[in-house]
Amino acid sequence: MKLKLKVWRQEDAQDKGGFKNYDVDGIDGDMSFLEMLDVLNNNLVNEGIDPVEFDHDCREGICGSCSLQINGEPHGPDRRITTCQLHMRKFKDGDEIVIEPFRATAFPVIKDLVIDRSAFDRIQHAGGYISVNTSGNTQDANSIPIDKQDADDSFYAATCIGCGACVAACKNASAMLFTSAKVSQFALLPQGKIEAHERVLEMVHQMDKEGFGNCTNTGACEIECPKGISLENIARLNREYLSASVFS
Amino acid sequence: MAGISKTSIARKVAMALSGLFLVLFLAQHFTINFTSVVSPSTFNEISHFMGTNFVVQAILQPILIAGVVFHFVMGFVLDIRNRKARGVKYNKFNGQANSPWVSRNMILSGSVVLAFLGLHFYDFWIPELIHKYVETNPDDPFRYYDETIAKFAGNPIRTGLYSISFVLLMLHLLHGFASSFQTMGVNNKYSSGIKIFTKAFAIVIPMGFVFIAIFHYFNNL
Repeated sequence: MKLKLKVWRQEDAQDKGGFKNYDVDGIDGDMSFLEMLDVLNNNLVNEGIDPVEFDHDCREGICGSCSLQINGEPHGPDRRITTCQLHMRKFKDGDEIVIEPFRATAFPVIKDLVIDRSAFDRIQHAGGYISVNTSGNTQDANSIPIDKQDADDSFYAATCIGCGACVAACKNASAMLFTSAKVSQFALLPQGKIEAHERVLEMVHQMDKEGFGNCTNTGACEIECPKGISLENIARLNREYLSASVFS
Repeated sequence: MAGISKTSIARKVAMALSGLFLVLFLAQHFTINFTSVVSPSTFNEISHFMGTNFVVQAILQPILIAGVVFHFVMGFVLDIRNRKARGVKYNKFNGQANSPWVSRNMILSGSVVLAFLGLHFYDFWIPELIHKYVETNPDDPFRYYDETIAKFAGNPIRTGLYSISFVLLMLHLLHGFASSFQTMGVNNKYSSGIKIFTKAFAIVIPMGFVFIAIFHYFNNL
């Protein structure tokens, strides 16, 4: 397969950046998108050109670092996958593929396709934890009965890998789906009730401080999320926030 | 509760509440207007009541105007903030792959409705104020039906503009009405019923307004 790539190149955070066009040949349909970029980078290195910088780690859809905007969609045209799980069989010979970094004021570009997603870390630090002393006196998990539905919903919320696709897909660059997942995973469990009010207020405050946009319920985040985090979490976040604002 | 008004969720909730308030007003406005199709005398009676009742004029009307102004101003404020949050625009953004057009273009449909409100005020509200407070005409409970009909009779352009505006209002409501419940945190066993109701409302009420305008246009050819 021969492809035309239009790739965003940016020297550093201060550089204005721009697109460069590259042709790659010999791409197999069974290759992952990142392997295709590896081929491109091998070619560039052989030509004495700086390779394209892009984030990647586990390459099996767990770490959430391989976040790329591919032909206008986070993680490309497939659903419920990360970029590393996107196969080149989704493209045809001769296709042009536009590759950009996720765009948000809160996600500044570091170099080429690599962005700084530490804004998500700071939202987590603001309240995404529980203060349970686990040093030697931990209770047996089964001693606190939890409704099966709540346990499942909490688990599903906790599957968020923080890749940032929700922010990238949202026309407002809103981080509501991410924040709502991180709030929900605790809000649904008894262990999370103690700091519930403080948690949601602090995390929403931090989310706003980072400069993310406002959610307008387009639902794009849910569709593009590789883990299928549901919009129900955003409704829960809104409820938790309103309740905390009134009663704390 | 300190600082609640400054957060993104509080702004969303304020938008949702003002939107729900305007939806209630819309239902009431439609009910009154529809009487002009079935019973001109009833239309005159209700319009006269609404135009002369102290509570409606001195309390409800200012609240309504405040609600309208707030909804539009907040809509534009949020849009500006949201554009700023994106920063650098995408070279390619495939929005239709993951979200409906109406949900991504609320500011566009809302702007058309705002422009329509200007026309509507020019057609009805400003003449009403002049009639009552500038010219200080004597009270006439039978003038409302004739004045309303006169705006559409023999005027295809005005009838067309009203119809187009209400189609845009329908698109605005198709997303906005259901979305306001999600913003209020409503997501339970009633959610699917709420979605069906809000979609039906978003279609029936604006299309009802279009029907009224077209009815009076053709009824007076």
